[in-house]
Amino acid sequence: MTERLRVNPIQCVGHGVCAELLPELVTLDEWGYPIVDPGPVPPALDRDARRAVAACPALALKLTRSEEPARSG
Amino acid sequence: MTTVVNQSAPGGAARQAAGLPRLLPAAPEDLHAHLARYGPAPYRNQPGALIADVEASGLTGRGGAAFPVHRKLAAVARAGLRQGRTVVVANGAESEPASRKDELLLQLAPNLVLDGLQLTAEAVGAAEAHLYLHYAPGPQILRALAERAARGLDRLAVSITQAPPRFLAGQEAAVVNRLGGGPALPTFQPPRVSERGLGGAPTLVQNVETLAHLALIARYGPRWFRAAGTAAEPGSMLTTIYRPDAKAHVREVAIGTPLRTLLGDGAEVSRAQGAQGAQAWLVGGYHGTWLPMPDAAGITLDNASLRRFGAAAGAGVLAALPSDRCGLTEVARVTSYLAAESAGQCGPCLNGLPRIAAALAELAGSGHRRRTVADLKRWSGLVEGRGACNHPDGTVRFVRSALVVFEPEIRRHAGGRCAATNRRPFLPLPDGLPTSEEDWT
Repeated sequence: MTERLRVNPIQCVGHGVCAELLPELVTLDEWGYPIVDPGPVPPALDRDARRAVAACPALALKLTRSEEPARSG
Repeated sequence: MTTVVNQSAPGGAARQAAGLPRLLPAAPEDLHAHLARYGPAPYRNQPGALIADVEASGLTGRGGAAFPVHRKLAAVARAGLRQGRTVVVANGAESEPASRKDELLLQLAPNLVLDGLQLTAEAVGAAEAHLYLHYAPGPQILRALAERAARGLDRLAVSITQAPPRFLAGQEAAVVNRLGGGPALPTFQPPRVSERGLGGAPTLVQNVETLAHLALIARYGPRWFRAAGTAAEPGSMLTTIYRPDAKAHVREVAIGTPLRTLLGDGAEVSRAQGAQGAQAWLVGGYHGTWLPMPDAAGITLDNASLRRFGAAAGAGVLAALPSDRCGLTEVARVTSYLAAESAGQCGPCLNGLPRIAAALAELAGSGHRRRTVADLKRWSGLVEGRGACNHPDGTVRFVRSALVVFEPEIRRHAGGRCAATNRRPFLPLPDGLPTSEEDWT
């Protein structure tokens, strides 16, 4: 089953922990907010991804099975 | 200040065929006149029964997103079966400062909107109906509600909620938050409000113009509706039009009408009237797209045609920028408004939009730094797709298209020159920017 990383941009305050723990899939923009790889999380990074999700101080990072876009109309 | 242009008043069922306007009478219609023209709202007496007609009509939302209405109705009706209770909201919070069509519709034909609200309530089995406005309700609305109540016409009482006059206050999740007593701020979705909205109930939020179309589809049927518009995008839509040679006006037009018919051909206007021609068109308002002239001159007002230029009809705001104005100054003014209207909830929007606005102000001045255009492009990429709502994406669409269309003007300004001879602002903005970031209720 494929899962994707998603950031709740309202909850995220840019601690940057995710980019430290999972640099393969998360980089920070010039203001310190995460830019997350939109593709499925590769199996090899599954454990790191779960660790990054658990470590987010703002609980803003999620692993989701939903492919539905985040936005409303 | 805004005038309505009607070729004729709407006719009765027999005369209505494909004729426009369908929605806007020449003067406000009270309940008596409304009933004489249309008769009472044609309830189906069965939840869901109207949805097939709406699907066959091809009606899409007229609030800007052009989402198929029947899909939203079906989603809310379905979720209601599971959860037992649904809510309908007529959204009249026309927060786009350049749009005047919903306000005018509610003045001229409030009963058509209220019919649509009651009919959608029946279709999704709603127990609660709301009217959401970004101003205090006008006398026509209050009178319509009172007259309907006195006649016992409505199955559900309608409560009115006033939204703050903010750009994002009409966004679906913001509407639900405000109705629930909170600030009119967007939230992170899913769940969508059609699944879990006001008080947890599946909630249908529908633009007031959409409801008025629906009230007519319920009476005259899908074939009647499809007599105007294109096969892919049927019907008519209300537009707010800004032309160099005229005051802003609201006009109901068939979808697929040539933009040239609506915005005029700059050259013709200046020849015929000695007035200023247009240098560029803005389609879809402040989340919309600048179209280059003359490349876009053959385009029509439907999303299939507009898409070729990366544009969409949105809520029908159309503007032809006079050739005596500075496009960069206009874009910088509007973008600083949009930046101030960020809800400030998402980091990229909060950080990016003010920087984008400041860079545009620099371009609108003279002799900007060499890296400013590159900064603008990079920041646009950084905010796009990274908000909980579509505010950053819409703002970026507006800005990126401006960078293309006004590229010659950017070069002129870099050399300390400007082509404008008229400094009077053209695109409308609310008086004064918001006074406080907390001003959302």
